Amino acid sequence: MKTIIDNYIRKEMFPNIWCPGCGNGIVLGAIIRAIDELKWDKNEIVAVSGIGCSSRITGYVDFCTMNTTHGRALPFATGIKMAKPDLKVIVVMGDGDCSAIGGNHFIHAARRNIDLTAIIINNMIYGMTGGQYSPLTPTGKFGSTAPYGNIDQTFDLAELATAAGASYVARGTVYNARQSSSLIKKALDKKGFSVVEIISDCPISYGKMNKMKSPVDMLKWIKDITVSKKVWEALSEEEKEGKLVTGEFVNIDRMDYSEKYKGIIKKAQEMGGNKQ
Amino acid sequence: MKQKKLFEVYQNNSVKISVRREWCKSCGICIEFCPKDVLVPDDQGKPIPENIDACIKCGLCELRCPDFAITVGGVEEKDE
Amino acid sequence: MNNQKNIKLLQGNEACVEGALLSGVKFFAGYPITPSSEIAEGMAKKLPKIGGKFIQMEDEIASMAAVIGASMAGLKSLTATSGPGMCLKQENLGFAIINEIPCVVVNAQRGGPSTGLPTKPSQGDMMQARWGTHGDHPIIALAPSTVNEILTLTIKAFNFSEKYRTPVILLLDEVIAHMREKVEIPAPEDIEVINRKKPTVPPEEYLPFKPDEDGVPPMANFGEGYRYHITGLVHNYKGLPTSDSQEIDAFIRRLHNKIEKSIKDIIIIERYLLDDAKIALIAYGSVARAAERTVKLAREEGLKVGLLKLLTIWPFCSEEVNKLAQQVDLIIVPEMNLGQMVLEVERASRGKCRVVPYGRVDGELINPIEILGKIREEIKK
Ligand SMILES: Cc1ncc(C[n+]2csc(CCOP(=O)(O)OP(=O)(O)O)c2C)c(N)n1
Ligand code: SF4
Ligand code: SF4
Ligand code: SF4
Repeated sequence: MKTIIDNYIRKEMFPNIWCPGCGNGIVLGAIIRAIDELKWDKNEIVAVSGIGCSSRITGYVDFCTMNTTHGRALPFATGIKMAKPDLKVIVVMGDGDCSAIGGNHFIHAARRNIDLTAIIINNMIYGMTGGQYSPLTPTGKFGSTAPYGNIDQTFDLAELATAAGASYVARGTVYNARQSSSLIKKALDKKGFSVVEIISDCPISYGKMNKMKSPVDMLKWIKDITVSKKVWEALSEEEKEGKLVTGEFVNIDRMDYSEKYKGIIKKAQEMGGNKQ
Repeated sequence: MKQKKLFEVYQNNSVKISVRREWCKSCGICIEFCPKDVLVPDDQGKPIPENIDACIKCGLCELRCPDFAITVGGVEEKDE
Repeated sequence: MNNQKNIKLLQGNEACVEGALLSGVKFFAGYPITPSSEIAEGMAKKLPKIGGKFIQMEDEIASMAAVIGASMAGLKSLTATSGPGMCLKQENLGFAIINEIPCVVVNAQRGGPSTGLPTKPSQGDMMQARWGTHGDHPIIALAPSTVNEILTLTIKAFNFSEKYRTPVILLLDEVIAHMREKVEIPAPEDIEVINRKKPTVPPEEYLPFKPDEDGVPPMANFGEGYRYHITGLVHNYKGLPTSDSQEIDAFIRRLHNKIEKSIKDIIIIERYLLDDAKIALIAYGSVARAAERTVKLAREEGLKVGLLKLLTIWPFCSEEVNKLAQQVDLIIVPEMNLGQMVLEVERASRGKCRVVPYGRVDGELINPIEILGKIREEIKK
């Protein structure tokens, strides 16, 4: 019997380039398991990423894949989706990729509610460039450019996506890989802009600078700082400090951008005939 | 000592655990988080299912392996 | 059949829209900026009528990305901007070059640097067109000087981009972008439209970056059964990142060679009264219009002046300029900058004749009389 590895992985690219225990591989697994359950035709899937360790994911999957420029995966994907709305377009980004250099694209993709699934691998650091702090590095934690501790406030990507108009918003973790896979599956299946943030581990950059030496330490930490929605609601404001809530936050049905553009085509053709 | 193969298969009557040693990076995640302590590290830190009879086929080791290096046969996939 | 010519009075930017539509454009992404916005406006109106798509992105970086994405999915794609926006497009322009993704980028030049002179013309971006994105790379850039040429060169730009799998820059300037002139709109059956070549092998055998004889690999669009990888990293035939120095070298050289090999096809120039000329003007864009007039005025005075008008500015027509340098005593290069094209002309002339720049950067057009004045001044030397 063919396994998901045989079916979806470009085996000639393995072993992958990631460090031992890096969460990127766990997210890669969660994504292909979700796709496998959806039984999508591989020829109709396009995976687009930006730049970063996490963005290397697109090189490993046997779809039409595009490893683009830093922060710009969403506009590339927007062009693909506009051109061929029948394609299923998945975008994978790192936290820096999505929220710093690509932050503007992220809110606009959500605002348009274009039918893309954005998966953000949030390891709370710039992994590829060696551990500089990102907009998602928790305040007080360390990075190579925050040797005295990070004083920045962090974004809450889920709230940002919600406010900007995404149709589906969820957060999972690499520790709870099964839940992450099922959140990704729901996001993929959703019409409109869907966002899944996966809290992930970067033992090499984040872990080393924040006194978590091994991947195992990091996964335990992720388990400790995340709570389900139910638990979250029972916590006091003080107890919520430093914790992240996981689960599904938004799941609404709204017309997506390509569908709306079909209306524009109809209107334009009715008004002016087919002539140039 | 017997040289281990790039791809090792361990099995009992009900479960088959395969370890693709070639891809395994000895991160220890599968070993640490196995709920039944089935797995132990060998001298290179790669998992060996020494306690295979205790395996409940939960599949967590497979789901959490970042390198697709461990698979558990006969796992009943459950969606929560 | 209707044999009557279809003549319209069009603005330069409108002619670009018409040319793009005749080329089969189906996608436009852009961000408003003077003096290019009329192209976006025309596209917003006309594309949906033919089932095409228009999108106004959040900035020029995103516009360039969307255009590349749409082209990967199989649509002929266009974006248009001016200096400040052209700066933002550079990184993704490089992505289109390294991945050989056809698309057309219009830069209606205005004065710079920075916000510069939004409503005044300039030719300050000629070197940016050549070297704007980082890394060693080839580029094709075309520069019309009349509204009619905007239409024909827009069609050329799409054809070159599809044929050679490369982004093509169309350099306008504020004057011709906004000028109105009579344009002859060709019937669709009268124009040559080139489409990218598709793979002839089945998906299992397809190597997305393995070139044919002409140096250009066949291109499979996403969603047509060919699954492969695109990356901004230097890649091998399969499209996967490589660090093999031989593969890297062969790849970068091929990117250059595919353009170099076809230079005869790509370079478009016009020679005006050059056969007996002793003095040559070399110009493009709206300056070429003035230069043409200068030639007429000079000839009336008995001066043997001719004009080499460039429609393709990159790759540069070095061979033609070299021949010219052997024929004439003096080349004058009028341009709306302080010396960009003149550097190329000097290089190509190899000291065979005197090469003199004539630059203007006050936001005003160079006029025929001042070029004539420059000629008179130089022949006294
Ligand atoms: C325009 C640009 N600026 C900077 C870089 C350098 N760079 C590469 S990856 C990266 C950060 C990646 O961090 P993140 O997006 O969080 O992904 P991770 O590596 O942690 O997975 C940066 C800054 C770049 N490639 N391009
Ligand atoms: S640096 Fe961090 S994110 Fe990058 S591969 Fe290593 S562990 Fe993963
Ligand atoms: S399937 Fe579950 S019980 Fe069995 S080895 Fe893996 S983690 Fe342990
Ligand atoms: S989780 Fe995977 S890579 Fe890590 S030790 Fe286990 S088998 Fe090896």
